[in-house]
Amino acid sequence: MKGILFLFLIFLGILVSCKGKEEKSIPAGKTLNGAGATFPYPLYSTWAGAYYKETGIKVNYQSIGSGGGIRQIAERTVDFGASDMALKPEEVEEKKLLQFPAVVGGVVVAVNLPETGEKKLVLDGEALCKIYLGEIKSWSDAKLKALNPDFNLPDKPITPVYRSDGSGTTAIFTHYLSDVCKNWAKEVGYGTSVSFKTGLGAKGNEGVANYVKRTPYSLGYVEYAYAVQNKMQVADMKNAKGKVVSPSVEAFKEAASSAELNPEKHFYAWMTNAPGERAWPIAGATYILLAREKVETNKEVVKFFDWAYKKGDNVALQLHYVPLPEEVKEKIRNYWKSQGLY
Amino acid sequence: MKISPSKEHLFNLFFLIITFFAAFLIIFLLFGIFLILFKESFPAMQRFGFLNFILSSSWDPVKELFGGAIPLFGTLITSFLALIVAVPIALGIAVFITEVAPKAFKEIIGMAIELLAAIPSIIYGMWGLFTLAPLQAKYVEPFLQKTLGKLPLLGKLFSGTPLGIDLFTASLILSIMIIPFTASVARDAFQIVPSVLKESAYGIGATKWEVIKDVVFPYCKLGILGGIGLSLGRALGETMAVAFVLGNLNQFPTSLFSATATVTVKLANEFTEAEKDIHLAALFYLAFLLFLMSFTILALGKYFTERIKTK
Repeated sequence: MKGILFLFLIFLGILVSCKGKEEKSIPAGKTLNGAGATFPYPLYSTWAGAYYKETGIKVNYQSIGSGGGIRQIAERTVDFGASDMALKPEEVEEKKLLQFPAVVGGVVVAVNLPETGEKKLVLDGEALCKIYLGEIKSWSDAKLKALNPDFNLPDKPITPVYRSDGSGTTAIFTHYLSDVCKNWAKEVGYGTSVSFKTGLGAKGNEGVANYVKRTPYSLGYVEYAYAVQNKMQVADMKNAKGKVVSPSVEAFKEAASSAELNPEKHFYAWMTNAPGERAWPIAGATYILLAREKVETNKEVVKFFDWAYKKGDNVALQLHYVPLPEEVKEKIRNYWKSQGLY
Repeated sequence: MKISPSKEHLFNLFFLIITFFAAFLIIFLLFGIFLILFKESFPAMQRFGFLNFILSSSWDPVKELFGGAIPLFGTLITSFLALIVAVPIALGIAVFITEVAPKAFKEIIGMAIELLAAIPSIIYGMWGLFTLAPLQAKYVEPFLQKTLGKLPLLGKLFSGTPLGIDLFTASLILSIMIIPFTASVARDAFQIVPSVLKESAYGIGATKWEVIKDVVFPYCKLGILGGIGLSLGRALGETMAVAFVLGNLNQFPTSLFSATATVTVKLANEFTEAEKDIHLAALFYLAFLLFLMSFTILALGKYFTERIKTK
């Protein structure tokens, strides 16, 4: 009996002392809680660290996935949600939210062709769509040969790799395929998870990168950052203007500036198949969602993102994200003003 | 005996109440999980019905058409194939430990089995993806295609491109994971066989093989079945190890070398990003069906293992 009481007291003591420590380590400052998309997680957490050093305001971001982020902000359990797929304007209205883009990312096609060496493979939307529909089965298909006349493409079956987990990357990629390919739009459509007809599904960008690296004659779509970090073979794309472009931050920027980001529509826009001369065709923005009625909290969140727009561009570039063009940032600031948050 | 409300007595009462609550918490939890799964999957049940959902193979979040035929089938087929591989090996191990091995050996093998059971499934998954799958793609699967693939009818099982990320590899990993379970349950069953029976058999001149075949196995039939049931329950619920090597394609497998999906892997993959309510409900519906399936199989397994003890 005494022993148990004694243990209980020790346990209580530990609890109290832990609490004491915690309170000491948090200075007098606010904490903002956000949750959502996995794609911008490394960037948001880096921004949050720098912001904390400067202002003493903590921003906790949990990468639980876009679907989770939308759900959490709709239920008002977090201060801001993050989604890789913009909500349609009517959905933003219906859930009484606000929405604005935070940063842009590019999706690239990684290939594993042992024969290519230094030369770059060229693909276009139609070829990609047919590969993912299972209509083009072999690398020696006439369509691929026509795109790459000076290549000696092997007569090997293509293994397309896709994301098996729902993701914004898939949303951007499938939206592009729906843009350029009627059959895709009709049979599959676009979204964070769609019903793929053929190939292998891997979990996460790292999963796709891994499968492509390990499976000869495969191809898959990954975020640009992953392709760079893993030193993968990346295909060039023919864009909407018929020009062959290589993936680069400039090409993503061009895609971002050609998109019609309209504050009236809560910035709902797609950047896929952008019309610019040098624009990369598979790019998209990741979005922040706010609960409309929480004005005071929103002011704090907006402060954080305004700080990120002003000082966070270099960090974004280092992590292979594409900062929003200046004119878009101005549009967003005006949008905040119209809501009385800025 | 005089009952005085002494300190000891109160403490005793207090202690008993605590144990009572601890035990009931389990039942409460089980029931709670069942209820939540049912409640959350209700919209999907209403929209797709039971038979429709089980028999439909479409899983299309864009068009909001959901059917669980492929993941349910994938769950059953991977577990079934794993059992085919695991059960003979596990029985061999159990026989060796109980009937053949010298004492020193018993300990070592018993230890190895326990350790095998203790490896977290994510580690199996990583090992499968980085080590087993490449080996399968390079050597095992092409070899099987060249040899068994040439046979009529059976050859169909080995058609397709050998990528190492398929039904075959997933089942192989599952089988490695469930061997320890089957083996340890079978071992316990074998040890219950009365020595009298075995001694009598030896006495009339039976060999070791005959004793095992005609005395031990028939005596332990139910125990072995129970062990298989428990392993099956484990295989049905396995997620991480399979997620890495099954290929996650929503299609019925046409051969051992094709990718497919299982219920648990689908849940792990899609829960985070399911933004439509009906998508989430459909995932809960799958979880609910898996819960029922596992529960039934575990109950059967338990029933058989209990039966043997009271024999």
